Amino acid sequence: MHDPTLIRQNLMQWLRTLVAWLVALLLFFPLGWLLLTAFKTELQAIAVPPEWLFAPTLENFHEVQERSDYLLYAKNSVITSVVSTLLGMLIATPAAYAMAFFKGKHTKDILMWMLSTKMMPAVGALVPVYVLAQKSHLLDTQLALIIVFTLSNLPIMVWMLFSQFKDIPHEILEAARMDGAGLWQEWRMVLLPLAMGGLASTGLLCLVLSWNEAFWSLNLTAAKGGTLATLIASYSSPEGLFWAKLSAASLMAIAPIVVFGWFSQKQLVQGLTFGAVK
Amino acid sequence: MNRILPRLLLTPAVATLFLWMLVPLLMTLYFSVIRFNLLQPDQIGFVGLANFEYFVTDPSFVTAIGNTLLLLGSVIAITVVLGIAIALLINEPFAGRGLVRILLISPFFVMPTVNALLWKNMMMNPIYGVLAQVWLFFGATPVDWLTDWPLLSIITMVSWQWLPFATLIFVTALQSMDREQLEASRMDGAHYGQQLRYLYLPHLSRSVAVVVMIELIFLLSVFAEIFTTTGGGPGDASTNIAFLIFKQALLNFDAGVASAGALFAVVLANIAAVFLIRLVGKNLDP
Repeated sequence: MHDPTLIRQNLMQWLRTLVAWLVALLLFFPLGWLLLTAFKTELQAIAVPPEWLFAPTLENFHEVQERSDYLLYAKNSVITSVVSTLLGMLIATPAAYAMAFFKGKHTKDILMWMLSTKMMPAVGALVPVYVLAQKSHLLDTQLALIIVFTLSNLPIMVWMLFSQFKDIPHEILEAARMDGAGLWQEWRMVLLPLAMGGLASTGLLCLVLSWNEAFWSLNLTAAKGGTLATLIASYSSPEGLFWAKLSAASLMAIAPIVVFGWFSQKQLVQGLTFGAVK
Repeated sequence: MNRILPRLLLTPAVATLFLWMLVPLLMTLYFSVIRFNLLQPDQIGFVGLANFEYFVTDPSFVTAIGNTLLLLGSVIAITVVLGIAIALLINEPFAGRGLVRILLISPFFVMPTVNALLWKNMMMNPIYGVLAQVWLFFGATPVDWLTDWPLLSIITMVSWQWLPFATLIFVTALQSMDREQLEASRMDGAHYGQQLRYLYLPHLSRSVAVVVMIELIFLLSVFAEIFTTTGGGPGDASTNIAFLIFKQALLNFDAGVASAGALFAVVLANIAAVFLIRLVGKNLDP
């Protein structure tokens, strides 16, 4: 037990654990504080010095629902993010498949061109898209957001799926084809099981991005088609310090996706490395 | 069949993206040379390059370009450096590692509007905010972050959001490192600094490229954080290009000038894209 290197190693391990926990708690702190504040009264929320122990109240959540129709915005968020993700997968998967397994001279150029469309700041297209939405009476509708979310996530999805597909050995697909598998069978029996992880992480990222999207939802929708991101932005108006209610509304807006993210983070991150990890 | 099928599969994605790019671009080109005020929709006429002149000679323009680049550069630097540091820290097993990982990634899932309001109010409020309390605790005068350090405040919010993303990508990359090589280098008497310089950092270079690329894509157009907190101010202190165009279009109702600005944003995006493609081309050959 008195081996100095062993003691030193033990000490290092303790130090690592301590620092890692400190860093994690520090980064998580703003969220933890939001969580606490959501269950405080308005007076407790702005108490100086801050209150750590208090009798939690659910008052804020009732008031948020009464003041603004939370469920309507939540429904819009769910519909726009789920539908745009499914639609995006439907368009992106065949494209990524074609690029990964039938690589041509221009495959790389096409991929880079797709990414470059994503580089263009959304605001560059704000006026035209706004005018188009207005002319086609799509302002403040779910459909407008679904279309825009799908299009703006498409490059990232194609790219992510491509980087997953290209790691699947071609020989496996060829072997299946030799055995007389048709295209559909090849997809369903061979490709799908192998690509499941990649498809899942791409879909997950897309869901998170759409759920949290703020630029288009703020500019194209309001009280009818608005998502939770727009609901929260309405609390930014300087009408006094209602932090407890703000926290409750924020918590209701982020809880679904954060909890969802906790469960899927391993899968998500694996796909996000875009082939950078061999 | 082998020729037609891939094209058929590619067409939907290419066609929709092509329209998504081309239609707004052509409309923007058209709007940028006409008089187009959203409040006076009937007064339309060709004005040549007047909108461009107005946008470029607007003193806010140079400030906005500077802010855009500063925001982009700072957030990328902060997230890459701290991300690597935290990744190295949690790379070895320790008690509660799974939980630490979950705590660390959480900010990534928080929507920008919530992120912004949370920091603006509960953290950065000069009287009741947590930071003010911390400052008081150490006997310092609390800072009015959004007024005195607007851009730094935005950088903090955006970095808080993207640090988890960078960290987890680096952690994933570190897990694929060759353990035996590390062990061998230690046997040969390499200290941690040398391991970092010759083993860890080279191994991470590809994932650094990925992180920089993705952040470039998303951070060129930071909007919600500015919209919900500083509104671009005070003055133009925290206005980036994205927000400047938004101000012209929807606050000044001048869609013509906003379109001229949008074309500048396109140029800026293309410069970034060229940079990006060179970066990717080197590090991530598809």
